[in-house]
Amino acid sequence: MTSTTTTPRGATGSVALRGVTKVYGQGENAVLALDGVTLDVAPGEFVCLVGASGCGKSTLLNLVAGLDRVSGGQIELGDGVNPGLMFQESALFPWLTVEGNVDVPLKLRRLPRAQRRERIAELLRTVHLADFGRKRPHQLSGGMRQRVALARTLALDTPVLLMDEPFGALDAMTRDILHDELERIWAERKLTVLFVTHNVREAARLADRIILLSSRPGRIIYSTRVDVPRPRRIDSPEIASIAGEVTDRLRTEVGRHGQ
Amino acid sequence: MASDTLAGRADAEISGLDALEIAGQQKTTSRAATIWAATWPKLAALAIAVAAWQAVVWAEVWPPYSLPGPGTVGRELLRQAGAPQLWDGLATTLRRAALGYVFSVGVGLLLGLAVARFRVLRAAIGSMITALQTMPSIAWFPLAILLFELSEKAIFFVVVLGAAPSIANGVISGVDYVPPLLQRAGRNLGARGMNLYRYVIAPAALPAIVAGLKQGWAFSWRSLMAGELIVVGISQTSLGAQLTYARELADAPWLLATMIVVLIVGLGVDTAFGAADKAIRRRWGVLDQAGQ
Repeated sequence: MTSTTTTPRGATGSVALRGVTKVYGQGENAVLALDGVTLDVAPGEFVCLVGASGCGKSTLLNLVAGLDRVSGGQIELGDGVNPGLMFQESALFPWLTVEGNVDVPLKLRRLPRAQRRERIAELLRTVHLADFGRKRPHQLSGGMRQRVALARTLALDTPVLLMDEPFGALDAMTRDILHDELERIWAERKLTVLFVTHNVREAARLADRIILLSSRPGRIIYSTRVDVPRPRRIDSPEIASIAGEVTDRLRTEVGRHGQ
Repeated sequence: MASDTLAGRADAEISGLDALEIAGQQKTTSRAATIWAATWPKLAALAIAVAAWQAVVWAEVWPPYSLPGPGTVGRELLRQAGAPQLWDGLATTLRRAALGYVFSVGVGLLLGLAVARFRVLRAAIGSMITALQTMPSIAWFPLAILLFELSEKAIFFVVVLGAAPSIANGVISGVDYVPPLLQRAGRNLGARGMNLYRYVIAPAALPAIVAGLKQGWAFSWRSLMAGELIVVGISQTSLGAQLTYARELADAPWLLATMIVVLIVGLGVDTAFGAADKAIRRRWGVLDQAGQ
């Protein structure tokens, strides 16, 4: 407990889904949200889940985060791994300062005060917000809030990061910069990332592997590796060509529902 | 190294973007100006009210022994302030108010939390709490007097019945309207069970709880005044008792002076709640967004 590095004790960041099924409601009103999703994410891998509306992307993350229970199948995580979850909205606590927000998971893990203070400073430096610890969430821009949320999630010292369209509400410029930031932090901390987005270019920019989910019910229909060397640019031709390929598949899938 | 310059460029970009995005948020107004801006409308309203009062007195709608003017009442108030009777009465009334209110807060918070937490309780007594709240507190007094006779207990009983439901309702609505997103975030950060209440639900519900506390105070203060008017004859001369005596003695200046004291106490406590409410909203950034 003395170390302030982020490598968790004996925990590995693998995520394995085995035939995961999720049904909402009962009887005639039951809706099949996920249907037999099997997926292996290697430790340190960056996987983007892409799909149209109703593909159960968010459901999947909630299940992996343990906020919801599977109806069938299994989810296997490393021993003692509690994945961190980020949302499209920062979900920061408005009654706390930036520091206070980052402090919550540290307090809940019962770290001593001195150590917590050190960790808060380190995490805020990581997301380039060292000077904003005393601010309140409403005093920050959307992109800054998401970085605070990222710091707060990193405070869990978990090897697995689940992100539910975390940059969906940001402008393109801010999003580009946050892509760079996330990529850097992911590489530095050797995180496993499961990143949900409907933005195919964003997926191609970030992912080692893109997984395409069908809609209603959500099934894996396509998977492709992104072998473009990093650092990448979202406007590079390689990324564009991969994004184009995935978009074509996505359109075919969406078109299927119009018939 | 190329990566160093790349990282340096990213740092510059990110702090530049931050600076651009949060620029122009600071607005500076001096403290004195803020206080003056909040005070002068109140002073103006007070002046208008006093002027209207004086106008009615000059119009001689009522004889001066029924409705004395502000000057007479002001002198009476000053005279009262120099004598122990008013202060003793005020102390008695405030002691009852504090006792009744603190007890109501305890009952209201516990009741509210229990109802918000347990579905069965909500189904059973959720609507009953609202029903209790709509009951005019003065309607409880006949029963209270039958149960506790003309005693302080009767007053206490009615004060608690008046205030506790409001406070409980504040807690219930506060807990109900905690954004689910914050609860999910809290659970993901490791706050489960009691910790979820401590770290997420209680602070998120605080504005509604304060609103409930404020309303509870208003109810308890009214109930107390009603009680003191009705339950007279206990050895101590509370503010309410003094109002009754003043009426019986047809001492209009004394009556109005006492009323003004009652008004000031009510306003004072209300201002304290208002300040608490405003402080919370400022912390949450609700005031800034509303441009206030």
